[in-house]
Amino acid sequence: MSQQGYVATPPYSQAQAGMGGYSTGFGNPPPQSHYGAYGSPPQGYSAPPTGVLKPPASSPSGMPPPPVSSQYGANIQQNGAHPHSFAPPAASAPSMSPYGQPPQSVYQSMAQAPPPTQQLTNQMSSMNIAGYGQRPMQSPLSSAAPQQFQTSPPPAMGHPPTAMGHPPLSPPGQQPPSLGSPPPMATMGSMPAPPMGMTGPPGPGVHQPPLGPQGYQQQPGSPIAGPYGAQMAGPQMAGPQMAGPQTGAYPGGFPGGPSQMAGPPQKKLDPDSIPSTTQVIEDDQAKRGGQVYVTNIRGQVPPLVTTDFTVQDQGNASPRFMRCTTYSFPCTADLAKQCKVPLAAIIKPFATVPKNETPLYIVNHGETGPIRCNRCKAYMCPYMQFIDGGRRYQCGFCSCINEVPVQYFQHLDHMGRRMDLYERPELSLGSYEFIATLDYCKNNKPPNPPAYIFMIDVSYNNIKSGLVKLICEELKTLLDRLPKEEGAESSAIKVGFVTYNKILHFYNVKSALAQPQMMVVSDVAEMFVPLLDGFLVNFQESQAVINNLLDQIPDMFADTNESETVFAPVMQAGVEALKAAECSGKLFIFHSSIPTAEAPGKLKNRDDKKLVGTEKEKTLFQPQRGVYEQLTKDCVAQGCCVDLFLFPNQYVDMATMGDVPSHTGGSVYKYSNFQVEVNGQHFLSDLRRDVEKSIGFDAVMRVRTGTGFRATDFFGAVHMSNTTDVEMAAVDCDKAVTVEFKHDDTLSEESGAVMQCALLYTTIGGQRRLRIHNLSLNCSSQLSELYKSCETDALINFFAKSAYRAMLNQPLKTVRDILVNQTAHMLACYRKNCASPSAASQLILPDAMKVFPVYMNSLLKTPSLVGSTELSTDDRAFHRLMVMAMGVEETQVLLYPRLIPMHTMDVSSESIPAPVRCSEERLSESGMFLLENGLSMFLWLGQACPPDLIQNLFNVPSLGHLTAEGTSLPVLDNAHSRKLHSIISSISQQRATSMKLLIVKQKDRAEMLFRQHLVEDKGLHGGASYMDFLCYVHREIRQLLT
Amino acid sequence: MATYQEFIQQNEDRDGIRCSWNLWPSSRLEATRLVVPVSCLYTPLKERPDLPPIQYEPVLCSRANCKAVLNPLCQVDFRAKIWACNFCFQRNSFPPSYAGISEVNQPAELMPQFSTIEYIVQRGPPTPLIFLYVVDTCLEEEDLQALKESLQMSLSLLPPNALVGLITFGRMVQVHELSCEGIAKSFVFRGTKELTPKQIQEMLGLMKPATSGQQGKPLAPHDAAASCRFLQPVQAVDMNLTDLLGELQRDPWPVPQGKRPLRSTGIALSIAVGLLEGTFPNTGARVMLFTGGPPTQGPGMVVGDELKTPIRSWHDIQKDNARHLKKATKYYETLANRTAVNGHSVDIYACALDQTGLLEMKCLSNLTGGHIVMGDSFNTSLFKQTFQRVFSKDYNGEFRMAFGGTLEVKTSRELKVSGAIGPCVSLNSKGPCVSDNEMGVGGTCQWKICSLTPATTLAMYFEVVNQHNAPVPQGGRGAVQFVTQYQHSNTQRRIRVTTIARNWADAQSQIQHIESSFDQEASAVLMARLGVFRAESEEGPDVLRWLDRQLIRLCQKFGQFSKDDPNSFRLSESLSLYPQFMFHLRRSPFLQVFNNSPDESSYYRHHFVRQDLTQSLIMIQPILYSYSFYGPPEPVLLDSSSILADRILLMDTFFQLVIYHGETIAQWRKAGYQEMPEYENFKQLLQAPLDDAQEILQTRFPMPRYIDTEHGGSQARFLLSKVNPSQTHNNLYAWGQESGAPILTDDVSLQVFMDHLKKLAVSSSA
Repeated sequence: MSQQGYVATPPYSQAQAGMGGYSTGFGNPPPQSHYGAYGSPPQGYSAPPTGVLKPPASSPSGMPPPPVSSQYGANIQQNGAHPHSFAPPAASAPSMSPYGQPPQSVYQSMAQAPPPTQQLTNQMSSMNIAGYGQRPMQSPLSSAAPQQFQTSPPPAMGHPPTAMGHPPLSPPGQQPPSLGSPPPMATMGSMPAPPMGMTGPPGPGVHQPPLGPQGYQQQPGSPIAGPYGAQMAGPQMAGPQMAGPQTGAYPGGFPGGPSQMAGPPQKKLDPDSIPSTTQVIEDDQAKRGGQVYVTNIRGQVPPLVTTDFTVQDQGNASPRFMRCTTYSFPCTADLAKQCKVPLAAIIKPFATVPKNETPLYIVNHGETGPIRCNRCKAYMCPYMQFIDGGRRYQCGFCSCINEVPVQYFQHLDHMGRRMDLYERPELSLGSYEFIATLDYCKNNKPPNPPAYIFMIDVSYNNIKSGLVKLICEELKTLLDRLPKEEGAESSAIKVGFVTYNKILHFYNVKSALAQPQMMVVSDVAEMFVPLLDGFLVNFQESQAVINNLLDQIPDMFADTNESETVFAPVMQAGVEALKAAECSGKLFIFHSSIPTAEAPGKLKNRDDKKLVGTEKEKTLFQPQRGVYEQLTKDCVAQGCCVDLFLFPNQYVDMATMGDVPSHTGGSVYKYSNFQVEVNGQHFLSDLRRDVEKSIGFDAVMRVRTGTGFRATDFFGAVHMSNTTDVEMAAVDCDKAVTVEFKHDDTLSEESGAVMQCALLYTTIGGQRRLRIHNLSLNCSSQLSELYKSCETDALINFFAKSAYRAMLNQPLKTVRDILVNQTAHMLACYRKNCASPSAASQLILPDAMKVFPVYMNSLLKTPSLVGSTELSTDDRAFHRLMVMAMGVEETQVLLYPRLIPMHTMDVSSESIPAPVRCSEERLSESGMFLLENGLSMFLWLGQACPPDLIQNLFNVPSLGHLTAEGTSLPVLDNAHSRKLHSIISSISQQRATSMKLLIVKQKDRAEMLFRQHLVEDKGLHGGASYMDFLCYVHREIRQLLT
Repeated sequence: MATYQEFIQQNEDRDGIRCSWNLWPSSRLEATRLVVPVSCLYTPLKERPDLPPIQYEPVLCSRANCKAVLNPLCQVDFRAKIWACNFCFQRNSFPPSYAGISEVNQPAELMPQFSTIEYIVQRGPPTPLIFLYVVDTCLEEEDLQALKESLQMSLSLLPPNALVGLITFGRMVQVHELSCEGIAKSFVFRGTKELTPKQIQEMLGLMKPATSGQQGKPLAPHDAAASCRFLQPVQAVDMNLTDLLGELQRDPWPVPQGKRPLRSTGIALSIAVGLLEGTFPNTGARVMLFTGGPPTQGPGMVVGDELKTPIRSWHDIQKDNARHLKKATKYYETLANRTAVNGHSVDIYACALDQTGLLEMKCLSNLTGGHIVMGDSFNTSLFKQTFQRVFSKDYNGEFRMAFGGTLEVKTSRELKVSGAIGPCVSLNSKGPCVSDNEMGVGGTCQWKICSLTPATTLAMYFEVVNQHNAPVPQGGRGAVQFVTQYQHSNTQRRIRVTTIARNWADAQSQIQHIESSFDQEASAVLMARLGVFRAESEEGPDVLRWLDRQLIRLCQKFGQFSKDDPNSFRLSESLSLYPQFMFHLRRSPFLQVFNNSPDESSYYRHHFVRQDLTQSLIMIQPILYSYSFYGPPEPVLLDSSSILADRILLMDTFFQLVIYHGETIAQWRKAGYQEMPEYENFKQLLQAPLDDAQEILQTRFPMPRYIDTEHGGSQARFLLSKVNPSQTHNNLYAWGQESGAPILTDDVSLQVFMDHLKKLAVSSSA
């Protein structure tokens, strides 16, 4: 699947040539010397290296300066010649409805905005400006915004006014007002009709007035608007103190000469001055939180994943299902290559839809099956254009003209839309489901309902730890809550049970039996299923026998002394069982130790810390091949998903054991040194969630795109047997697939970029369905458009997954270097193309990406990538596996955990206190903080934590009375305790896995665990602080720009 | 002096021995000229209610390669307390315990009437008997139900301390654990994968956990007894096992149309054998296989699962068209040899309308002394009663079965042993009394008989090695001692010793004596066993030709005739019946495969080589009784002329019991005369053969097929195929005589056979 992929195309995204250039040119040597020293004092950035850097940087191998610069030149010229340059497209697309154009041109014109910003001296403000198209405009106006407009403009401003003067200008002429692109969106959003439904030619005019004014009005507006602005102001004032030759406060600190970076002055940099994730999140929440996000506009950027919003599907899939790295694709491959911003979508086909949003409609096209384009096989969707009086339709993806089947015929209205547009979900919605016909089923037979097989390791460790008893007790009640089809009386899912150590025990729990029967299979070399009838049963029918069995299992093995286990045969058995029953399903494997018993898939301890930091480090993450590879294929072919719950006391070769789960849409859970009292509840809530969650089986996903680009790479818990079909034995509500796109050809601005994700799967009730998600994006030949519509959270998800896959084949250092390089490159490209020339010492970030560096830095510090001998190999592999299946929300919080101050919580309010930045500086001795990253949760208690708070929460008089470890949080009847518990529970409800709460006291040893999540600080196991990283990236950018 | 008849009878009663010759020719040359070898039928465990077992160890000859047991033929010097071995002439002193010995105070083993004597000896702790049921679940519901009931019933017949085990098989093989409460536990094996004994034991957890460095070793038998969960005392688990059998379901795997169920008989047996091998080597154990069809998968498969390919027939075998035959046979042979080495035996209860692969599997029973029972269904009294009879008890209330027997033969110097034919395997024990000339299983003086019943009879063949020019002294006697060590069903170890002696006779001077000492019944059976033994490996016609030549040579040797005058040919009384036996033997299913399936042939041969003389003779020449109003029932000639309209015939072929109502009788019966009080005598006539048949049914093992038929009935073919076809459609002249029924066959009749025999015997050119 992926092995050769990464090596062949070194960068994570399009920028092949460029990247290649970097690594050979200057990319390699400098990062090595610098980055290696990153974790050490900032002196690392002192002057000498830059000297070294420069020469290579100027070499042609780096950036391709000639072409690029010429392009830029062209761009710049365009400013003047703009109208002309745009005219042709407009003319060449007569088919476009006239009103379709305004919004587009609006976007394009954004390109012009940046130039003004280049004039700014204040670096921070420039960061804002870069993205000023959107946020700064909004109410919490940053102080920077005014500044930019005040200072920058003459050249650019000159133009807009003229444009303003001629509202009725033809579309191309409208660029200037475009500054306010968000406002139009807002207005449009509020309009009842679909995007294109705006009223004819006057459209542009209508838009412009509100736009322009809005944008400009704000300029003079309160200079100290939002908190963000306020914070900025401070530093700015402090500017003079800084020694930087550059006038601005920060700029001086930042980019300045290397000399400035070194030494004490840097310490004085105010961390508040650098872009804050919490701030960005807060701003977005404030701006878009609680609103309805209507998906009727092509290429609109959705709110952040952290923002609480409601989606109304009007033709594009909800961002919960699909989220893109950018909502405006560059028109050409060259542009894409130039900017190096990866084009990708993160697809979570089964994402949970909140209660207040409409669930997916189910469409039945009858016996002939869903209507599809004859050529590209895309499914009927809103992008199909009906023509010829409704007799034919043109495919929105491949442009093929198809006949409309007779039974599907419908007349068109005067707008050329089908009369039944709003009655048919497939014509009006972004996401819906088709009932699949037998043609879509294996062997043309309707599928059987899936089965859940519980496979419990009953070797000594699991018995001793009490785990087996715990599981058996839990299953008795849990199985009553198996997921069921909506409206169904009981779940159709069958259940089966297997226990094993060195050998496997199957159980016959047929309802007719007086007592369960156990069948032992000791031939682990060639696993088979010893029984057919009675193994997979309906829980309700066989409840008595099953309960009898679950009662007996712990006793039966109570005095076992078998400590060896097998693993591959267990999965094999599961697959065989499903094969025999001709159904898909899921295996829940509760396993304790590295499988050392003589059997296929026997593993040996290959944990070698000496490999860390060497070329061979990657082998630690590579699964052992052979049996497991074949098993993956078998599992996927049968639709057998494997969920692995691991309870290791030592090394278990996670990389190999997690291999099958991670390719079959399964999950891996790990509870090291499991003790019922300590991790029991944690495990149980994971188990419950895992059993109950909504899921589809035996799935094949296909992403179709419009002409000009295509899906080239897929990351996730998936299996690819060819280059286009994403096979997943199962896909649940937490699994996301990240899809990367590349250009085939040029994209046109009018038609945009459309994509359709079709997922064929079997429901829990045993129905075959097709879930369709459609999404349309904009295309632009202006890079500024692209940068403006970037989605940092999606970007980092893509980078995380691609890096985690790359680390299997490349030395970690190379992977890290590529990440850093690409970060620098993306930003440099922005700087070069979208920001006006300014002092090289200024760090200018696109608004939409301004917190990208902190995420990137955090990614580099994740256990998998950081490469420290102090971290267990299993943990690193585990982390890697988890991230591979994550969606945007999960990677976001993982890479920037929420740090919530609890000592200030308002017990009377419902809300969760606003999180603070993830840095030690934000902690206070007298405080109490809750930190969560989606995987774990910490309650940090400052040394001077108020005793009454401690009393309220822990029922002990003071901090000293809390024991060092294993403290649990009692449920107490007082406002503080209730509030804390409610916060914790509301947080854990948002997450895919349950989080174990760890209570750490300041200065305790356990604090280390907590502190490694403070991602803005220097990593405990290596890795730079946010500030250092920013400086480093900045220097890289400068290298690139020279 | 008593007649030879009496002598023979007396010897048989006392020693269970029937010799072909009761005077032995004194030289090798003469012996070979007698055609029928010096040989005997020996029934080692012949029931001797009158024989009290002796509670001490036998006294053995001290010569290392002799070790003969002290017997009545030994010369004893009571004063010196010395005895001379009659086989090797070694002089041995009596052990101290015999200090009080004198002419008037002789131990039993010296008394002439104790030429057969049984010792009870102490050899290690007694081990309980073991019964391991291997049950096919690919049966029809009704069959399975019947089988389950039989098995449940059998639990009550087993000795309470016997160990039982249960293996079921179909597509998979399940070894059931019997000692667990609350949950029925079993180990399951794939039906297609051959496993080594070690693997089987490992998988069943019969190995000691591997300790540092060394691989797991089989548990010592003693430990195994405690830890073996698969074999448990009946008294402890009969409830469990009854439930388990009750819940036994048909093999759940679907059988597609046009396919046979997948039946892993081969693996099931190998696991059964492996299980016993690992846990109880060299103790008495029966593996009892109940199967309802041929093995269709895995090693030992006899036929594929496609119904369109029928199971091999003799025709296929002759044309070398039986795909699986060789492989399967080899597989079961290997298995059988392993079983035999461990002293266990395998019974096969095969009930199906079609063949079940007995041809391939027969060696399992043949080599280990196990039973083979063939029936149409488990739901028949044939199976049910036969199975019950396996557990029948003798006059002492002990089971009529013994285990782990070894039979050792010692001969005096003039004789050597050539071989044995019976349910035994060679122990490859070379000794001075082993002949190079092998007949049957030879090259050894010891054989293993894993399972014996009181009826088990072996044919032993000897070779006279005395040279012609070294005459034995007048009055010298040749002696043979049979030492049989076995585990009695009450778990005692016992040794039965039979010592016989026969006079030497000079064949030239005493040929009449020798002739009159000829036991034609024993000889017929002994020759038949040789023939059947050959038939297993040779083509049928070759065997027949060999038998014919032997018969002709015998007639030439002992017949009285003028050269080239067939009419002058006469045989003395002691040989007169022999040609007739041979005639019927030639027609018997043991040598004729026509109209028999390979399975049937194997089944018949299996029983033929183990039954005692009387039963064997019945098999060769079935007996026919005639019932009429004219007198008491009488045996009549096995001839078509005996089939008369006003008679009822009862034929016993050992395997079948046919009651045949003559034409008139059948009409009367149909008319219901027997219901009328005035025809009470007719009712009695009808009842008489039924009662007699019942008597036979009571004792016969296995239960014969019981056939009640009448003139013109389709089942009458059982009778018609057996009788001598003296009247056929070819010799129509007999029509007018009303003296029997013509048989539609081209087979030669006894008359024609005899005519040819005479002609050949008197021919000077032969």
